[in-house]
Amino acid sequence: MADNTSQTASGLTRRQLHERRVQRRSLLVAGSSTVAVLLALILLVPLAPGWERVKASFFDWEVFRQTFPTLLEAFLLDVAIFAWCAPLIAIWALVIAICRDVRSPALYPLRLFAMLYTDIFRGVPVILVVYLIGFGIPGLGLPRPWNSPYIWGSLALILTYSAYVAEIYRSGIESIHQSQRNAALSLGLSNADTMRYVVLPQAIRRVVPANMNMLIALQKDVALLSFIGPVEIFRQAGVFKSLLANFTPYVVAAVIFLAITIPATRFADHLIAKQNRQRS
Amino acid sequence: MTIRMFFASAALMAFATTTYADGHCAAGKTLTEGKLTFATGNPAYYPWVIDDAPEKGEGFEAAVAKAVAAEMGFEGENVVWVRAGFDESIQPGAKNFDVNLQQFSITEDRDKVVDFSAPYYSSAMAVLTRQPVVDNGANATVASLKGLKWGADANTTAVPMLTGLIGPDSDPLLYNDNVDVIEAMKANQIDAAMFDLPTALYLAAVTLEDGVILGQFPAERSQNPDQFGMLMEEGNPLKACVDEAIEALRASGELAKIEATWLYEATGVPVIE
Amino acid sequence: MPKLVLQNIRKSFGANAVLNGIDLTVEDGEMVCLIGASGSGKSTLLRTINLLDPLDDGEIFLDGADIADPELDPQPIRQRIGMVFQSYNLFPHMTAEENVMLAPRRIKNRTREDLHPEIAALFEKFGLADRMQHYPDQLSGGQQQRVAIVRALAMRPEIMLFDEITSALDPELVGEVLDVLRALKAQGMTMILATHEMQFAREAADKVCFLEAGRILEEGAPQDVLANPREERTRAFLSRVL
Repeated sequence: MADNTSQTASGLTRRQLHERRVQRRSLLVAGSSTVAVLLALILLVPLAPGWERVKASFFDWEVFRQTFPTLLEAFLLDVAIFAWCAPLIAIWALVIAICRDVRSPALYPLRLFAMLYTDIFRGVPVILVVYLIGFGIPGLGLPRPWNSPYIWGSLALILTYSAYVAEIYRSGIESIHQSQRNAALSLGLSNADTMRYVVLPQAIRRVVPANMNMLIALQKDVALLSFIGPVEIFRQAGVFKSLLANFTPYVVAAVIFLAITIPATRFADHLIAKQNRQRS
Repeated sequence: MTIRMFFASAALMAFATTTYADGHCAAGKTLTEGKLTFATGNPAYYPWVIDDAPEKGEGFEAAVAKAVAAEMGFEGENVVWVRAGFDESIQPGAKNFDVNLQQFSITEDRDKVVDFSAPYYSSAMAVLTRQPVVDNGANATVASLKGLKWGADANTTAVPMLTGLIGPDSDPLLYNDNVDVIEAMKANQIDAAMFDLPTALYLAAVTLEDGVILGQFPAERSQNPDQFGMLMEEGNPLKACVDEAIEALRASGELAKIEATWLYEATGVPVIE
Repeated sequence: MPKLVLQNIRKSFGANAVLNGIDLTVEDGEMVCLIGASGSGKSTLLRTINLLDPLDDGEIFLDGADIADPELDPQPIRQRIGMVFQSYNLFPHMTAEENVMLAPRRIKNRTREDLHPEIAALFEKFGLADRMQHYPDQLSGGQQQRVAIVRALAMRPEIMLFDEITSALDPELVGEVLDVLRALKAQGMTMILATHEMQFAREAADKVCFLEAGRILEEGAPQDVLANPREERTRAFLSRVL
C-alpha cells in the first residue's frame, strides 16, 4: 500500500516516470518518421528523369540571387496596398454588418441593401470586380490622378473583402447572447448604445481569429491588382519569368510571401486556440 | 464511288511524289509520322492569323507556316494546328506540337530552355497612343516620350526595350495581355504603350478607336532587334529541317513576299530619332 | 397612491398564452415575492414590467401613469425600473466598476471622476470594495450577482425587479445575495422578486403571490399563503418545494 504512493529513487512518482517514458517514445517516433520522409524526398525526387530540367526551371540559384532584391522591393507595394485596404475593410464591413442588424422597420431599406451587398460581392469573383472597377470607373472619364488603378483597384478589394468580413462580424454579433442585450436595455441604454458598448466590443473580439484568416487571404489577393497595371511582386516575377524563361522568380515571390503568411497563420491559430481554451 | 476512289488515290500519289522529293529531313522526327503539328495562341490575332483560322494559311504567320511546311514536304491535311499558351510552351517537358509560332521573340535566356528556329521576322517596336495625347503635344522624340505614362504587356520584350530605349520618368504599368493594355489606355490610366509594329498596326486599326501610331524604333536602331522564331522543344532534331526551310524561303524571296502581302502596312510609320 | 399597479396583463408567445390577466398592486417600499412552478409566468411578468417584452393587453401604472402605452419610448421608463437576472448578465469585457458606470455615464452624461465616490460606496456597502477592478470571470457567482445588483442600483431606480437571482448560485453563496436584499428592504426599496427561496419569502416578504398558468391564484401575507394556503393547488405546490 505505502509503496504505491511513495516516490521512487529518482524523486518521481510511478505515474510521472510512465508519462516521461511515453513522451520520450513519441518524440522518437515523430522525429524518425519526419527524418525518413525528408530523406525520401531529398533522395528520391532527384532520381526522377525530369529533375534536372525542373531544377533548372524552378530552382536556379543564380536567378534567385539576381531577382530577389527587385522582388523584395516590389513586395513593398503589396504591403502598402494591404496596409491602406485593411483598416478601410474593417470599417466598411462593420457598417454593413450593423445595417444588416437593424431591427426597426423604418430602416428596412438599409437592411435590404446590406443583404444584397453581401450576396453580390461574395458571389462575384474578386478578379471581375477588380477589372470592372479598376478599368470601368476610370473609363467614365475621371481626370488624373483620380483614375489611378491604385485607387480603384484598392476599392475593388475593399468592397469585396468587406462583404466577407461583414458576414464574420454578423456571426460575431449573433453569437452574443440575447441576455446581454436585455441586461443593457434594462439599464435604460438605447439600442445604439447597447450595440456600441455591449454587443460590438464582445462580438469583434470573438471574431478576431476568423478575421486574421481574411487578412492572410487579402495579403495574397493584393496581387490581383497587378491585372490592372501596378507592378507588384507577382507581376515583377512574371516579367522576370518572361525575360529569363525561368520560373525561379515565382519561387522567390512565394518564399517572400510565406515569410509573412506562415507567421501570420501561426498567430491566427494561436488566437483561435487561446479563445477555445477560454470558452471551455 | 469508284470515280471518287480514283481521284482520292490519284491525289495521294501526287502528294506522295512531292513528299518524297524533299521530305527525308523530317522523316521520323515529327510527333505523328507523316504529319507536321503547328501550335499558335488561343485565339490568334490579325495580322498574324486571319479570322483565328490558321489552317487557311491566311495572315503572316499562317502563311509562313504553310510555306515552311510545304518546303518540308507537308501539305493539306498533313499540316495540323493545335493551340498552346505562352507558359505551357516554355515549360520543360514534352510538347503537344512540333513547332510553335505566336510572335515569340528569340532571347538568349529562353533559348536555354527551348529551341528557336532561324528568325522568320525582324520586328520594329512601335509606340501606340491616342489622339488626345498627340493633341496634347506628344511627338516622336525620346524627350517627349519620357514624359508620358507608359504601359506594356508584361510577357513581352517590350518591357526591357521600354526601359532601354525611352527610360520613362514614371514607372510603367504592366498588363496580362494586349486587351488589358488597350483598356487602360481607354481609361486614360496610361498615355502610350510599346508593341511590335504589326501588333500596334492591328490595335490602332481595329481595337483602339482613336489609336495613333506615334512612331517606330526600327530593328537596326536597337542593339537586339526583336526577332520572331519558331519555338520547339529543347533538342528537337526537327530544328535543322525548319531552319533549312526558312533559309530556303528567305533565299528565294518568298519570305519577303509573304511579309509584303500580310504586313504591307508595316511601312509609313515615322522613325523615332 | 400605490407605487405600481398591474391591470389585466396578458401576453402570448404565438399560440402559447403565458400571462392570462394578471392584476397586482405594489405599495411603496413593499417587497412582493412571486412564487410558482417553472413556466407559470413569473419571469415573463417581470420582463413585461420592465418593457423588455411588450404586452398584448393591459395597463401598468407607475406612480399613477400608464407606462405600457405602446406609443411611449421605453428607454426613460426602464431607467426608473432596475432589473437583475438569474444568470447575472454582467458585461464580460468590462471590469466590475465599468459595468456599473456604463449606464450612468452614457445616459446621465456623468464622468468617471464624478461617479467614483458614490459607486465605491455601493461596492463597499455590499462587501465588494476590493473587487471593483476585477473582470466578471474573476469573481464568484455570488460576487457577480452582487455586482449586477449594484449595477442596477447605480441608476437610482424607484423599483427593483429580481428574476430568480439566487437560482444559479451554489447553496453557500445564496446567503450573501439575500443579505443584500434585506439591506435594500431596510432602505425602503420597492421590490418584486421571482423566487424559489420560500424561507426567505416567509421571513422578508410583505406579500406573496402564487402564480399558476399565467394567473395569480392566491395572494396575501406570507404567513397566510405559505403556512395556511386557501387553494388546493397552492398547497400541492408548497408540499413539493418545502
